[in-house]
Amino acid sequence: MSFAWARQYEPKNGFTKWVDEKLPLPRLVYNAVGAGYPVPRNLNYMWNFGVLAGFALLLQIVTGVILAMHYAANAEVAFASTEHIMRDVNWGWLMRYAHANGASFFFVVIYLHIFRGLFYSSYKAPREMIWLLGVVIFLLVMATAFMGYVLPWGQMSFWGAKVITGLFGAIPLVGESIQVWLLGGFAPDNAALNRFFSLHFLLPFVTAGVVILHIWALHIPGSSNPTGVEVKSESDTVPFHPYYTAKDGFGLGIFLLAYFAMVFFLPNFLGHADNYIEANPLATPANIVPEWYFWPFYAILRAFTFDFILPAKLWGVLAMFASILLWFFLPWLDKSPVRSGHYRPLFRKFFWFGLIPCILVLGYCGGAHLSPITIALSQIATAYYFLHFLVILPIISSVEKPEPLPYSITDAVLGSDKKPVLGENTTPAV
Amino acid sequence: MVRIIGILTGLVFTLAVLISFGVDTYSNLTTEAEETAEHHFHAEPLDVSFPHDGPFGKWDTAQLQRGYVVYKEVCSACHSLKYVAFRDLADLGYTEAEVQALAAEWQVPGIDPRTGETVMRAAEPTDYFPSPYPNDVAAAAANNNAIPPDLSLMTKARHGGAPYVYSLLTGYEDPATYSHDGERLLEAYPDFEVPTGLYFNPYFPNLNLAMAPPLTTTGQVTYEDGTEATIAQMSKDVSAFLSWTAEPTMDDRKQTGWPVLGFVLFATILAYLSKKQIWAAVKPAKRKH
Ligand code: HEC
Ligand code: HEM
Repeated sequence: MSFAWARQYEPKNGFTKWVDEKLPLPRLVYNAVGAGYPVPRNLNYMWNFGVLAGFALLLQIVTGVILAMHYAANAEVAFASTEHIMRDVNWGWLMRYAHANGASFFFVVIYLHIFRGLFYSSYKAPREMIWLLGVVIFLLVMATAFMGYVLPWGQMSFWGAKVITGLFGAIPLVGESIQVWLLGGFAPDNAALNRFFSLHFLLPFVTAGVVILHIWALHIPGSSNPTGVEVKSESDTVPFHPYYTAKDGFGLGIFLLAYFAMVFFLPNFLGHADNYIEANPLATPANIVPEWYFWPFYAILRAFTFDFILPAKLWGVLAMFASILLWFFLPWLDKSPVRSGHYRPLFRKFFWFGLIPCILVLGYCGGAHLSPITIALSQIATAYYFLHFLVILPIISSVEKPEPLPYSITDAVLGSDKKPVLGENTTPAV
Repeated sequence: MVRIIGILTGLVFTLAVLISFGVDTYSNLTTEAEETAEHHFHAEPLDVSFPHDGPFGKWDTAQLQRGYVVYKEVCSACHSLKYVAFRDLADLGYTEAEVQALAAEWQVPGIDPRTGETVMRAAEPTDYFPSPYPNDVAAAAANNNAIPPDLSLMTKARHGGAPYVYSLLTGYEDPATYSHDGERLLEAYPDFEVPTGLYFNPYFPNLNLAMAPPLTTTGQVTYEDGTEATIAQMSKDVSAFLSWTAEPTMDDRKQTGWPVLGFVLFATILAYLSKKQIWAAVKPAKRKH
């Protein structure tokens, strides 16, 4: 699609020729993830996470569809039906642990994928659309995971749903009506559980659709790379297949090792004990916390404690949503012409010593018991979070003097002796 | 334009959160937080280990059988195991006939086929462990307003797991003499009192619970395998039994895990080798700067 030297799909026999004429699906796949897609030759392992996120989505869909065959979305029996899956359904325990831990691993890879985008500024032109679609995917997956966590109808399911839908109550005037409308009642109950199940089933497929758009948008400029220097010639690229299929295959192996170690040996480590207690609207858990992947945002929500013009709760809600929505504007906030953090001395310092610790602190505080210390820490980290993206990033991108960039990807990989390597020897020595 | 709006928005949020920070810090410095006895004297679960711990751990069926006896003789007077069926006891190493006989020792509500009236009948293997109370109101009325929770998932439903249940059962103390980290409870909190009908136990989050010490004397139950039924032994056995009720499929899970990990490790090594070979063709021999 993208480069003049991209290999062309050539149907080999009568059958593939026939298919190619009627529905060129094999051609599409060849151009998307086959030898027809030229990719920078210098991608590091941070570029594995897109494929892994796609794999995780597939994993959730497969395990989720199987769980849905045995799960009953009714507040009377939802908890018991989850236990039925764990105890009586053949391999049901595996499906449930695979799905619950699959959600966590989905977030691990998606966060690393976003981290890659932030450090190498992959969001910059010409890749803004890819980034925007990525943020949409992230929002969809968050909504999906939130509603999925409600389904087993444990204590955290119920109270998490209550707290999060309660946020809409912070909207002035109409907030409470919206909350009742969303839940189908005054507190989470059967109506809420049923609609959450329906949407939890639907949204992953919507996500899959947006993933297709995301990849489509990617194939127009092609992948970026760790130098951030755009592809200039054929020697800068290798065909996706077999080079990156092989590398992604290895990455998938590492992912599965970590994932299965968790599923089989520590399946409840990332979960909360209270969710093995059936939902009870009359007993509030000592510490209502969401799953770990929401902790940074939960910390931002809880950081606002003072009614400054607006009610504190409304500030928290606005800030929590703003903390993600601001990602939509990154391509226009960060004006530096240089992409990669490797060549941006000032950006790099704020990234490693500002943003990363800030997010770790937010993550820690979001999961911890509320105490004066964790509140103070999350307040400082929240302040830094907004300063970083909305103030520091725009300013450093205009004052910073970038370090010299390599002339091309080939130069960056081989040094500048210009010795041709590709074109001479592009097929693997098998 | 985007940047100007961005900077202004950023400053507004920063200001709002820093004002919260300032107000909170000021009030923390001017008012002294009082530490509660619950927080100060609460004890973490003891460090006990079970044969089924860890990635290689397996159920010790002899222990589970002993734990079953403790559950049946003691805990079932107040608690239920509603997710566990008698047929599941086959996991503990009983034969089908033995399971049938064990089930028959329990009474469950049934329907008289002639009159249609509710009667108690001997349980079948397909029945689930019953609750001793007809409903929650009766349960609360009999236990000083606290409902004895269903124990099926207990070891999963508490952060401390089986060690917590063990600590709770062995951890009843006299508050008058209780001390933690060298500090006496009554010295630190002279007004500390255990409400009537509650019992002091430092492992319970708010230190007093409505369950009277259930295991109080050596030999309270009789073990068929000759093991001496000390309080610690009974507590440990029943905690192990409750780990099993919480996740009867644990052995399957660990036994499936090893071959799966082995296979994936093998596949990953192959993937690594083929990746290396494929890339060898385009990797520069050495990198010049
Ligand atoms: C006399 C009735 C009675 C007997 C017998 C009894 N319990 Fe309890 N148990 C209770 C009550 C009541 C509670 C609720 C306590 C509360 O919430 O204050 C309880 C609570 C518990 C809890 C939950 C504590 C928590 O963290 O919430 C566990 C675990 C427990 N019992 C285990 C056992 C075991 C094991 C046995 C058998 C050795 C047993 N119980 C025997 C009445 C009993
Ligand atoms: C974007 C992908 C998905 C994510 C992130 C996700 C996340 C989750 C989470 C966090 C839970 C709670 C797990 C627990 O504690 O037990 C859950 C439960 C559930 N999910 Fe999903 N899910 C996804 C896709 C799907 C799909 C596609 C289906 C069905 C078509 C599905 C069906 C279910 C069912 C039936 C449950 C309840 C059973 C249970 O709690 O284990 N999920 N999901």
